[in-house]
Amino acid sequence: MLFAVLVNRMVLALLTLAGVAVIVFVLLRVVPGDPVAMMISPGASEADIAALKAHYGLDTPILTQFWIWIKGVISGDFGTSITLRLHVTEILAARLPATIELAILALLSAIVLGGGGAIAGTLMRRTVGEAVIDGVNSILLAVPDFIWALALVLVFAVAIPMLPITGRIDPALAEGFSTRFYLVESIITGRFTVAGDILSHMTMPALALALPLGAVIVRLLKQSLKEAMVQDYVLLARIKGFRELRLVLQEALRNAVGPTLALTGVQFTFLIGGTVIVERIFAYPGIGNLAIDAVINRDFPLIQGLVLLFGLIFILINVSVDLMVAALNPRLRHP
Amino acid sequence: MYNVSRRQALAAGGGLVASILAPRRFASAAIGNTLNIAYNVNLPSFDPDVGPSSVNPTIQAIYRSIFDQYIGQKPNLSFEPGLITNWGWNDDKSKVFMDVRQSVVWHDGTPFTPDDVIWSIQREAKPDGGNPVSFIWAGIDNFKVDGNRITADVKQYDPVLFKWMAFLTGYVLPKAYYQKVGPQGFEKAPIGTGPYMVDAYEGNAYLRLKANPKYWGGKPAFETVVFKFVPDATSRVAEIESGSSDVTLEVPYEEFDRLKIKPGLKGVVTPISDIGQIFITNGGVMDDKNVRLAMCHAVDKDTIIKRLLRGYGVPIATLEAPEYAAFDPTIKVSYDPALATKLLAASGYSKDKPVKFTIQTTRGFKPKDYEMIQAIVGMWRNVGIDANIEIYEIAKHFELRMSHKLAPAAFYNWGNAIGDPTCSTGFAMWSKSPHSAWHSDDLDAKIGPLWGEKDEKKRIQGWKDVDRYIAEQAYILPLLQYAQPILYKAELKVTPNVSGALQPASLITRA
Repeated sequence: MLFAVLVNRMVLALLTLAGVAVIVFVLLRVVPGDPVAMMISPGASEADIAALKAHYGLDTPILTQFWIWIKGVISGDFGTSITLRLHVTEILAARLPATIELAILALLSAIVLGGGGAIAGTLMRRTVGEAVIDGVNSILLAVPDFIWALALVLVFAVAIPMLPITGRIDPALAEGFSTRFYLVESIITGRFTVAGDILSHMTMPALALALPLGAVIVRLLKQSLKEAMVQDYVLLARIKGFRELRLVLQEALRNAVGPTLALTGVQFTFLIGGTVIVERIFAYPGIGNLAIDAVINRDFPLIQGLVLLFGLIFILINVSVDLMVAALNPRLRHP
Repeated sequence: MYNVSRRQALAAGGGLVASILAPRRFASAAIGNTLNIAYNVNLPSFDPDVGPSSVNPTIQAIYRSIFDQYIGQKPNLSFEPGLITNWGWNDDKSKVFMDVRQSVVWHDGTPFTPDDVIWSIQREAKPDGGNPVSFIWAGIDNFKVDGNRITADVKQYDPVLFKWMAFLTGYVLPKAYYQKVGPQGFEKAPIGTGPYMVDAYEGNAYLRLKANPKYWGGKPAFETVVFKFVPDATSRVAEIESGSSDVTLEVPYEEFDRLKIKPGLKGVVTPISDIGQIFITNGGVMDDKNVRLAMCHAVDKDTIIKRLLRGYGVPIATLEAPEYAAFDPTIKVSYDPALATKLLAASGYSKDKPVKFTIQTTRGFKPKDYEMIQAIVGMWRNVGIDANIEIYEIAKHFELRMSHKLAPAAFYNWGNAIGDPTCSTGFAMWSKSPHSAWHSDDLDAKIGPLWGEKDEKKRIQGWKDVDRYIAEQAYILPLLQYAQPILYKAELKVTPNVSGALQPASLITRA
């Protein structure tokens, strides 16, 4: 049954991606902003402009352009970036690992912070501690990631200069990698100094992304735990003399985590979206930072590739979350 | 199977945490052999002659670090020998000659030859080759080499040809290497003849350069230069304030004033070849000369610069900044709101019955751009002009400008790093230029003959006359010459460049 769900979601995913491809292609050509207009010299003649348009394949009708592009996409060729002058697939393959590592670190941080906050809040329910956690959490929820980014820079880079502000790694250490997953590779190969440097670069951007998501997790999980803590099985465990911490972790948490997991998956897609501005602030070389330059420069092939990639990531996250929730809850496996 | 003991795991974890929290460089830390520059833009492409990056003035400092131009340029915009040491036309301007510098080698050790120069020009001249100013390079052809002298026939005389050799896309690339590796191979491993060699590059993060020990101009002051690509101004401020970078530029003027007096830091501000202006597009109310003149006379540029830009900027009356070849200080457009009111009254407009139009502006692209336009709209309101502000993106501005569909008034900036009037007044006001906004036959009749004028004195005077005419007719509203703020560690000596290109090899040394 799980397999049928998977096949169904994959077919839907392909249809969604096809729709995204059409929409982004048409939108880019409808909204103002011609890449050739941005690069032509003030002295260029009509012939010069026409030659540049032909050079970038923008001189043919929109349907022809779409047909050429979509044929390429099907065969794995997303075209050549106008500004970077490299194959789009090559660029995305080089930049995606940086964003994946950042997003996963941010997600893990959010889970640890959010889970910890929710459990602490549950343990301290009806005390001043719970009010403090709720108050702090409200602030975390209200402040967007880019504001956290700037605040973290001011605190941990300017006031107490302990973390690097920009980049992914100290340029002096950026050597000897055989993959683009710098953090994973440096840990696996035991280069802990390098891994530490990478983590120090990732700490602020990951925290900026994690804090709002962590706050969402605190709110959801704490509410679910609150409901679980008054269930009969928890009451029974309490009568048996289980300690409060064990009640929360062993009895309530397992049943409360389902809804939180589903919503965390949805929120994770927002976190990925948040990488665009956060990567920009920290000059972090992922696909988010790349996307801003691509849009500013109206780099059509790169924007198209990026939008499809973001679409694919969102779909994969949602499918993964659905499968995880289904795996955790047997009732959902039989629609 | 490899087993990790608790002790090993703890040691690894401890090491990791210690690495994360390892002490960072502080503002007072001594600069070693590595110079870190928090740079304001990313470097998208290494090809300085083709594609959109090649005409992006903000990345020329990086290109000039790796490559050499045909002709060099000093920080005051004057020209000096580059890879071409001597150049000029014959008497009737039908031929050009270029003497190629000898004993120069590419970064891969192969010799630089006249063939590289010819191939580079021919590559740039191809109309379908992706060079945005191919028409400039297509003006000469039929190259011949005699020793280290190249001669060529002039197909179309352009008095600015040699100035362009120190300007956008005027770089010499290695013919043999480029043909061997191809365009994408060159992007991955570029070489030039410049003072620095590419050592490592991560797009949107950094470019690490190593000094070229065989550079013909002498070894640069720093063994390693790292350009960190930090487009966010707040992050650049944090980079210099925390000591993570040794130099940064284009920070907000408020931050510049705060940090330049901080111990361990210094600052310098220089007017550069970049001006802010309001394009006027003909049609509708803009066809009324009184309205245009009133727009110009109602703007108090001094106050705008003083209040909004903390005094950093130079008010201008024409599209020529003081460092440009055709600057004429006698051309003035006074701030005279009474005159503006009178001019509008003559056309039937007043504060009660204002003339209405839209003004477009960027927001956050240039320092205080939106705030400046807000101030100007306020000044206009006082004399009887009711302008509606519309914010647009850079890309939209270019498309509208090319299709002659800008709003009646539109704010944007204009660079001209060689200071020649063709690249400021010429291309901004000549109706056949895709980047001009005002199109009129009277102006074209004055500009047209100047493009091919062979007498340099007469040519420059001609452009001054055009500028005076434009000011009298108010065909454009020049506002100010921008000033570039640079912050750097006190141990350094930084020479500002009027072109705005802060190339480390020649402009940054130890104090």
